[in-house]
Amino acid sequence: MMKPLRLYFYRSCLSAFLLTALGQIARAQTDADALMIPKNMFCAVASFDHSSWTNYWEGTFKRNNLNIGTLSANSYMAMGNYGITNKLDLLFTVPYVTTNASAGTLKGQSGFQDLTLTLKYLAFQTEIGKGIFSVHAILSGTLPLSNYEPNFLPVSIGLHSQTVSLRGLVNYQTGRFFVAGAAQYIQRSDITIDQNAYYTTQMIYSNRVYMPNVNNLLFSAGYRSLKLNIEGIVSQTTTLGGFDIRKNDMPFPSNRMNFTTAGGLVKYSFDGVTGLELTAGGNYVLKGRNVGQSTDFFGAVQYVFDFNKKHSK
Amino acid sequence: MKRRLLNFLPLIIIAAVVFLGSCSKEIIDRTSTFQALKPSNEDVNADTWKTVLIANPAAFTVAAPDAINSAAYTADVNEVKSYQNNLSDDQKAIIAYWRAGAVLRWNEILRDLVAKYNLPPYQNPDGTYPFPSSANPFAYPEFPFSNPPYAARAYAYVSAAQYDALVTAYHFKNLYKRAAVYKNVPSIVPVTPKSSLYSYPSEDAVVAGATVEMLKFLFPTEVNYIQQKANEEMQYRIMAGANVRGELTAGQTLGSQVADVFVARGKTDRAGKAIGSAPVWLALQNNATSRGDQYWTSLETPARPPMLPLFGKVLPFLFDTLTVVSLRPAPPFVAGSDAFKAEVAEVLSYSKNPTREHQAQVEFWADGAGTYTPPGHWNAIAETEFVQQNYSEVRWARNYALLNIAEMDAAICCWDTKYFYFNMRPSQADPQIKTLTGIPNFPSYTSGHSNFSGAAAAVLTYLLPDRGSKFNDLAQQASMSRLFGAIHYRSDCQVGLITGAKVGQYAVQWAQSDGAGIK
Repeated sequence: MMKPLRLYFYRSCLSAFLLTALGQIARAQTDADALMIPKNMFCAVASFDHSSWTNYWEGTFKRNNLNIGTLSANSYMAMGNYGITNKLDLLFTVPYVTTNASAGTLKGQSGFQDLTLTLKYLAFQTEIGKGIFSVHAILSGTLPLSNYEPNFLPVSIGLHSQTVSLRGLVNYQTGRFFVAGAAQYIQRSDITIDQNAYYTTQMIYSNRVYMPNVNNLLFSAGYRSLKLNIEGIVSQTTTLGGFDIRKNDMPFPSNRMNFTTAGGLVKYSFDGVTGLELTAGGNYVLKGRNVGQSTDFFGAVQYVFDFNKKHSK
Repeated sequence: MKRRLLNFLPLIIIAAVVFLGSCSKEIIDRTSTFQALKPSNEDVNADTWKTVLIANPAAFTVAAPDAINSAAYTADVNEVKSYQNNLSDDQKAIIAYWRAGAVLRWNEILRDLVAKYNLPPYQNPDGTYPFPSSANPFAYPEFPFSNPPYAARAYAYVSAAQYDALVTAYHFKNLYKRAAVYKNVPSIVPVTPKSSLYSYPSEDAVVAGATVEMLKFLFPTEVNYIQQKANEEMQYRIMAGANVRGELTAGQTLGSQVADVFVARGKTDRAGKAIGSAPVWLALQNNATSRGDQYWTSLETPARPPMLPLFGKVLPFLFDTLTVVSLRPAPPFVAGSDAFKAEVAEVLSYSKNPTREHQAQVEFWADGAGTYTPPGHWNAIAETEFVQQNYSEVRWARNYALLNIAEMDAAICCWDTKYFYFNMRPSQADPQIKTLTGIPNFPSYTSGHSNFSGAAAAVLTYLLPDRGSKFNDLAQQASMSRLFGAIHYRSDCQVGLITGAKVGQYAVQWAQSDGAGIK
């Protein structure tokens, strides 16, 4: 029972990225799948994500902006996933982000964005029919890694909020096919900006900005084998509060940023080189509010180190 | 050990989420902590202070108040009594808000309106731009577009009208000598500090009356909101046991009469024609070319007509239009000259290598679209200073009037200079120059922020000499933020500060002889 499961999970350390939005809500979704790395193994990842948008939603009004042109962001990420036990993984992501507006005069920004630390816990699993049903609890925290400027959207590299989130994930795999669903609640800290007064729907005389919390729903399904993994992912992110960008105004970190994305990924594990995997995929924002309609593409190289080897034989 | 950790994990997760969920995310707005206004000096002789626009306070009509023993006064007193010791939490919150001061709160409301309406219109499908129209204010783009010149003028008119209205109110207070209701009826205990001033007409009401009338003119789509705020303020005075209704009605009527004088001036001060027209915009180009310079073009796409090119023709408060011309600084460096190239290179260096400190300075002073503008920023700075001074309402109004007529006249002088020379922004001279904030849609020389800040610093330094170089230091920071943001040349900032300070000195001279003294 344990052994085939472990084989499935072996080498599988990374699935999807999502870097989107006017507000660069970046999230490496290593914590959004049911794949675990076994005890004493470490997966090292180098990845790249390119996202861009030309149209965005000002509230619900969809428009372009010839003074921004196409807003693009590149993220270079170092990630890792370590198996503390077979049921508990520790993951981290360190992203370096650059932004650029193809038109207008606004200067693109760059810097280390937010560290993500995640504990992924396989809380429950059982056989149902011919497949395996599992439940994961995933606790994540993010912490800004540099003093970047959050209130210079859309070219800011992030929102500079500290977050803690809890995600529940259910997965059912039968044969080589799986379906999964997840719900996440993200608690965001207030942020500090460089202005000491700002307008939302009224003037607020403070340099602190209230950041409403966020939730995320995710559904994925696909083919998952030892060598090849192909899946489709639909995700919906909702900000639980915040305000709309007014007509022809600039965006603000506490806008109500909502977006629904559809995407997919392919992951391939090499037979010849044990531990080497390649991942590629993309996402597209189908519908949004106060965000850019971004398309993003990502690629990653993963390598799994097994610290068990010397002892296990 | 690891197994134990696993057992505790669900507990750890729950504890973490509960802990985070309990973190307070409430934002404390510093204006919500202001205490009740308790003037250290009631300025009882303010009826002798020099007014801005009205010629003679005695020329207004304020009916004599009801006699203390009249049925009307008794009814008014009973209305006050009905609230005594009988206030809901909402009513207490209204009192806590308004008792910080009428001039203070209306200035905040005005800043709110400026920020709300400070949005450049979205383009038409054909790439032209619509203009807001005071004749049709509700149509998009709603009237007004409260950009910095418009805002400077709005702050000036509102503050000056409030001040003249208060001086006039003092005239009638000292004429009718009506004692406050808590003096006539000892059982009434006000929840605001007691005043030694006569209470007819009410200061709060005269400020509200003047402001409502001014804002109908300046922000016509907000009449309902403004009226509701005024009603709330009048209710506060009664609930607080500070005024009776008759004192409020008389004050509002007087305030609106005084404001009418300012509205009449506002309708003919040439601001309504400041947008110009296509032939005017073309003439500006020719003027720059004839000077041997390269003319300004909009860096927006689609190209937007320049912001209020004829605002320099608006009638100032502190001096005449000939003085505006005489305050116009010498020309900027001509495009292509060595001095010009050196300045462009300096801007490029700030664009290419911004420090985080410079970025913070740029954002702090940006005050661009969707904000209360630089004059609003200086009003907010003044507020945090004035609130420590325990000024009377009339001195609050007088000091804001001084600040804001200086800001308006600085805007006039700055816009006169900008459109007389009509020179390029750095990013037009060198497209490599990327900016750390939005680039304003008007010529470069001289910097608006620098003019506003130079004028404000001169006025505030005069009013609060014990602050030393504080305001000049802030002005310097505001001015340099425009160079660091790569949207202005150094000379725009330096010369703008000097011109602004000169305008500010006219307000200082005015203050030195208006009868109010320093404190």
